[in-house]
Amino acid sequence: MSGSEDLFREEILEHAKHPRRHGTLSDPDITFEDSNPLCGDRLRIDLHVKDGRIRDICFSGVGCSISQAAASMLCEEVEGKTLEEVKRLTRDDVLEMLGIELGPVRLKCGLLALKTLKAGVYGIHQWPGEDE
Amino acid sequence: MTRASGVSVAIPEVRPAAPRAPFDPEVVRRQFPIFRAARPKPLHYLDSAATSQKPDAVLAAMDRYYSTCNANIHRGIYGIAEEATAAYEDARRRVARFVNAASPRELIFTRNSTEAINLVAYAWGRSQIKAGDAIVLTEMEHHSNLVPWQILAQERGVELRFIPVTGGGELDLAALPGLLADGRVKLVGVVHISNVLGTVNPVAEIARQAHAAQALLLLDASQSVPHCPVDVQALGCDFMAFTGHKLLGPTGIGALWARRALLEAMPPFLGGGEMIREVKLAGSQWNELPWKFEAGTMAIAEAVGFGAAIDYLESLGMEHVFAHDKALAAATMERLREVPDLTILGPPAAKRGGVVAFTLGTIHPHDVATVLDDEGVAVRAGHHCAMPLHEKLGVPASARASFHCYTVPAEIDALVRGLHRARKVFAS
Repeated sequence: MSGSEDLFREEILEHAKHPRRHGTLSDPDITFEDSNPLCGDRLRIDLHVKDGRIRDICFSGVGCSISQAAASMLCEEVEGKTLEEVKRLTRDDVLEMLGIELGPVRLKCGLLALKTLKAGVYGIHQWPGEDE
Repeated sequence: MTRASGVSVAIPEVRPAAPRAPFDPEVVRRQFPIFRAARPKPLHYLDSAATSQKPDAVLAAMDRYYSTCNANIHRGIYGIAEEATAAYEDARRRVARFVNAASPRELIFTRNSTEAINLVAYAWGRSQIKAGDAIVLTEMEHHSNLVPWQILAQERGVELRFIPVTGGGELDLAALPGLLADGRVKLVGVVHISNVLGTVNPVAEIARQAHAAQALLLLDASQSVPHCPVDVQALGCDFMAFTGHKLLGPTGIGALWARRALLEAMPPFLGGGEMIREVKLAGSQWNELPWKFEAGTMAIAEAVGFGAAIDYLESLGMEHVFAHDKALAAATMERLREVPDLTILGPPAAKRGGVVAFTLGTIHPHDVATVLDDEGVAVRAGHHCAMPLHEKLGVPASARASFHCYTVPAEIDALVRGLHRARKVFAS
């Protein structure tokens, strides 16, 4: 990481300041909440699912710009995808979306959205590959 | 101590250097290798409440120990084992004297403050606390002086009560008589200086009220012993926990001080080697103080480093260190007033040590810390292991600048510069 100029590149700031898909869904088919106790980030993701495909997705919660931007980008990315496709998402997919290098501490912020989404889709707290 | 071998090997020498006067943080700073290290941008280390940096004297003492007399203590009959034992016990004497313990036997080495408090919760708590008893803590405790008591409370059916924190970040002492009134309180546990707010709590008054209600007082001195003169006898506490790594010493070594009669009456905490006098298959007799509570091989080099750190601080003078901390806190609070949207948590400068926590508008503290890092400014962001306090103050997290003897005013300038930049980066 060569500095906050890179970490806070325009697209991340744009997503953090004006998050897409921010809010909650009524009668969600899947809802899951998780937190990053280290920094106090909290994230909830709601899904409407039909025929195994994500019809609508929203996130809510509080957090730093990295966790908020990652949630915003991820929600945009997975709308319309099947749950099977979501299960195949990896941390590298999220890091690629963010387009930045993250140190071990901020990595948790960047991956909170994926962790929450996958746990919701799998319906469990630990999803396969979590330790990777 | 006599040495068995005739070979002349230097006993680790960590005696105080000649007193320096007047106190000059710029001179002090040059005695810390981390600030001399070449790096792309200068390091402005404002996270001493998390851990302090280490002066040459501490590193040299530990290096000397490993290089000249590394051996296990209390056992070896040979020369270097006796030297190692002498160095370890000498460190204990210095630490004990530093907090004005009545005897070095009252000073138990632990891994850190957390382990010291757990020692009390397990050895004293589980032998003395029963269902229906109560323990009084405060809303500003670090998790280390909260969670061990929660575990005991769940196990024993003990009630936890809390001295409230006011909006201004001080303890609401008016509530204490009511908390103590029913006579069920066996222990009052309180932090001396808050690691978030910097608040210096009125320990002597709390101890007086606790004792009048037949309760004991446990002091979490993690942020006070490294920064100001602390006298366990004058404060009137019964247990006190503190740690080496915040006191310019190494990680992995801390201490529990307790009144001797309490320690004598307590069962051991951890069982194993060294803490026993005589072992038979059917049972064992415990060793005398302080070794009854020091099972297994201890962190010997770290204890030597702890002792050297105390020598170093004594050479600076704790009054000078504390005055420096307080002056920096006051200057920082004054400078932060020029940053729009910034809110300082906690009491006025006159009532605090060298800690200033704040929030910056709606910018998440992690984001603030990341921009500051870019300016070479290291601050802590998060809840600082005090989640209930942040909940009480109504903020999910905060950023915190904290100081020690090597902090210089130019670092406050860098902090303020970085905060202005953070506002620019996150302007909506």
